[in-house]
Amino acid sequence: MAEAAHAEVHRHPAPTGFIRKYIFSIDHKVIGIQYILLALTAVLVGMIMSVLMRVNLTWPGTHIHIMETLFPQGAPGGAMTPEFYLSLVTMHGTIMVFFVLTTAPQGGFGNYFLPIQIGADDMAFPVLNMLSFWVTFVGFVVILLAIFAEGNATVGGWFTKLGDVLHSPEAWAGGSGTVGPIGGWTGYAPLSALGKIAGPGQGAGVNLWIISIAIFCVGSLLGALNFITTLLNMRTRGMSLMRMPLTCWAWFTTAILALLSFPVLLGGGILLLLDRMAGTSFFIPGGLYVSGATVPLHNGGSPLLWQHLFWFFGHPEVYIAILPGMGATSHILSTFARKPVFGYRAMVFAIFAIGGLGFFVWGHHMFMSGMSPYSAVAFSILTLSIGVPSAIKTFNWLGTLWGARIRFTTPMLFAIGFVSLFVAGGITGLVLGQTSLDFFFHDTYFVTAHFHLVMGVASIFGMFAATYFWFPKMFGRMMNESWGKLHFWITFIGVYAIFVPFHAMGLLGMPRRYARFDEYEFLKNSKGLVMFVTVAAIITVTAQVLFYFNFFWSMFKGKKASDNPWEATTLEWSIPSPPPHDNFAGIVPVVYHGAYEFSVPGAPNDFIMQTEPEVTVLGADLGGASGNGGNGHKH
Amino acid sequence: MAATATNTEQVVDVGLGGGPRPRNGNGFHKNGGGDGGDGLRFSPARYRIGVWTAIGSILMLFVALTSAYIVRSASSNDWKPIAMPRVLWLSTGLILISSITIEVSRRSLKRDNNGAYSRWLINTVMLGAGFVVSQLFAWRQLVHQGVYMASNPYNSFFYLFTAAHGLHLLGGIFALTYLLFRTTKKRATVDGELRRIGAADAATIYWHFMDGLWVSLFALLMFWR
Repeated sequence: MAEAAHAEVHRHPAPTGFIRKYIFSIDHKVIGIQYILLALTAVLVGMIMSVLMRVNLTWPGTHIHIMETLFPQGAPGGAMTPEFYLSLVTMHGTIMVFFVLTTAPQGGFGNYFLPIQIGADDMAFPVLNMLSFWVTFVGFVVILLAIFAEGNATVGGWFTKLGDVLHSPEAWAGGSGTVGPIGGWTGYAPLSALGKIAGPGQGAGVNLWIISIAIFCVGSLLGALNFITTLLNMRTRGMSLMRMPLTCWAWFTTAILALLSFPVLLGGGILLLLDRMAGTSFFIPGGLYVSGATVPLHNGGSPLLWQHLFWFFGHPEVYIAILPGMGATSHILSTFARKPVFGYRAMVFAIFAIGGLGFFVWGHHMFMSGMSPYSAVAFSILTLSIGVPSAIKTFNWLGTLWGARIRFTTPMLFAIGFVSLFVAGGITGLVLGQTSLDFFFHDTYFVTAHFHLVMGVASIFGMFAATYFWFPKMFGRMMNESWGKLHFWITFIGVYAIFVPFHAMGLLGMPRRYARFDEYEFLKNSKGLVMFVTVAAIITVTAQVLFYFNFFWSMFKGKKASDNPWEATTLEWSIPSPPPHDNFAGIVPVVYHGAYEFSVPGAPNDFIMQTEPEVTVLGADLGGASGNGGNGHKH
Repeated sequence: MAATATNTEQVVDVGLGGGPRPRNGNGFHKNGGGDGGDGLRFSPARYRIGVWTAIGSILMLFVALTSAYIVRSASSNDWKPIAMPRVLWLSTGLILISSITIEVSRRSLKRDNNGAYSRWLINTVMLGAGFVVSQLFAWRQLVHQGVYMASNPYNSFFYLFTAAHGLHLLGGIFALTYLLFRTTKKRATVDGELRRIGAADAATIYWHFMDGLWVSLFALLMFWR
């Protein structure tokens, strides 16, 4: 009987061929690593772009030989054109938000660890899971194509020809000499809806940009569907909802956000594409005057409609990026503080509160759009109220650390760094959420500072923490701790050195997205600051070599990891590193404990694995966290 | 008899001795939600959860598009609704009937009547195909009248709604065809049977959703002009 039951657990046998094992794999662990590698590639592209932007801001108009060699069209005479700079802004934002901050935390770590942490052998729909990755991958290829369609004359020529075939030469004009579209990652209409007439970088690149994002939406939706079903349907015996690790709660909430917000972006994207290619007027008003000409044949569209659709997606997207980082941080803080998460239940509610409120605050991105002051007040109050669950989370993180004997490992340092950055970036959210203040700060570097700290760098720190923490489980080897700590300190100090001055620049009134500042009288004094940020950025970016090297070197040469090197409690640490194909080798784990039973009084160890059978000592009921009898635990 | 009952009991507790039921997570007094499954059996709830989740996201897509419709209808004075092609009433009739036939089909499966199951499934696919053809007729009629996508914002939305719904409905037809090819025979294992019924349930739920979605889009196009 037992054998028969076990046989049923093996739903798909381990593949043997290289392609089925590593490329078109339906194993959630392989897919998770694929997502992580995709993010590691994308983040390199995005980082290089940010350095190019900093170089241009610091030495505008200076002849930089290498720029001319690399981008003969975009930087004639070695100095970047403003259009080229804008396209860098756009592609940096798009690649970072979609292909880094959305793929690694959710698709990468979520895919790998959600099934294991709830005791499942795989995702609910493994084939859909594989499709979700490969669809996302195609999205990435298309966004790279967008870069070349605008930047490369040959590739641009293909798309110009395609435009002739499709009878929409305006929309498909290529080879403008930028590196992709120039509309910003928000692609505001009507400029993004017009085609070539709107200027360079508005042709084929924008089409491909929209198509790439639409493809990405589909991939994310498939992923979200899988996450939700897996979590609701495949928890193992004893894994009640309130025994789940907080990481699972975070991934679950993120999946719900993705499920409800990506379709809206998809809808907006379809409308935008139709405006560009089918002659409709969803977003294009009549009598629009652009680049010295009136736009013909369009009438009555509403550019604000795009902003509403975009930000209805855009704001939840911010939480899609940050929530998995919050989950990982809670998990890692508790593990290395050797204390239960302070206020577990409050943490769960706070995640849901942040996710839920996230759907009702999109208007705060549009305070300057001329909306009614009454709606602005409503959006403002809702926005500020997100401060409450955020404060609950921060308070509980600090509560977890309070009085703990902390083990300062690399993942722990990054988790603490996450808390620091989340607070530093979140505080300015309370400033920007107020309409009157936003009127001054809108589109200045203050905003750039805010979202880079809270959404960009904090999420990345969450991912660094997760990488250092779970690497031994994923690859069976430890990452190098000394390099990790060095990486942490340079990055931690570096990101503050980059983004704290941004606040000051914002206060000076320095506008976002401008290619150069040397021509403005009121910014004359900020030269030193701009230079300082650039130097800090170059050092910080260079320091990431440490991480990349550590990652790939440790994969093959790192110290062998034990099953549970961090003495953690959750299910992934009860199985070998790396886990076997079906995670639990056909045995169904049974869960007896909550996820964070550290330092339980009376227990022989300072941690109780979730799978450790509960032994009730006669007459001494210790409320579920009862001590183990001393035998039967296996570490 | 008694031995059989004991065996059944063992399947649930297999290999693990069946520890105590979960008592509490993280020192709280309640379990915090239900116990997880035992992971040994396929749970047909998976398909239902999956399809409801998918419906949630498709609904959001149409919520976005219909909000755009409502905003756009109010934002300017170039909004000129067209007379609704009559054939759309036929479409609506077909899809409403198809909802009934698929329900009959699903219930036949529940009663273990596989012949009726596949028969009514075929009827549903035919009705679905009829719906698509009828929609295409509506488009053709409009094109003959010189009404194109870019002629007027109302028309843009008309084509957009019908196309987006049509594509999702084709997905439904694909699912039903899959059911016809793969699930009309009784399966040997309990697990296989659960999967078969789960898949049919999920497809039925999706088909009803497609029906309801069309009726609401039709009503929107008819009455919010």
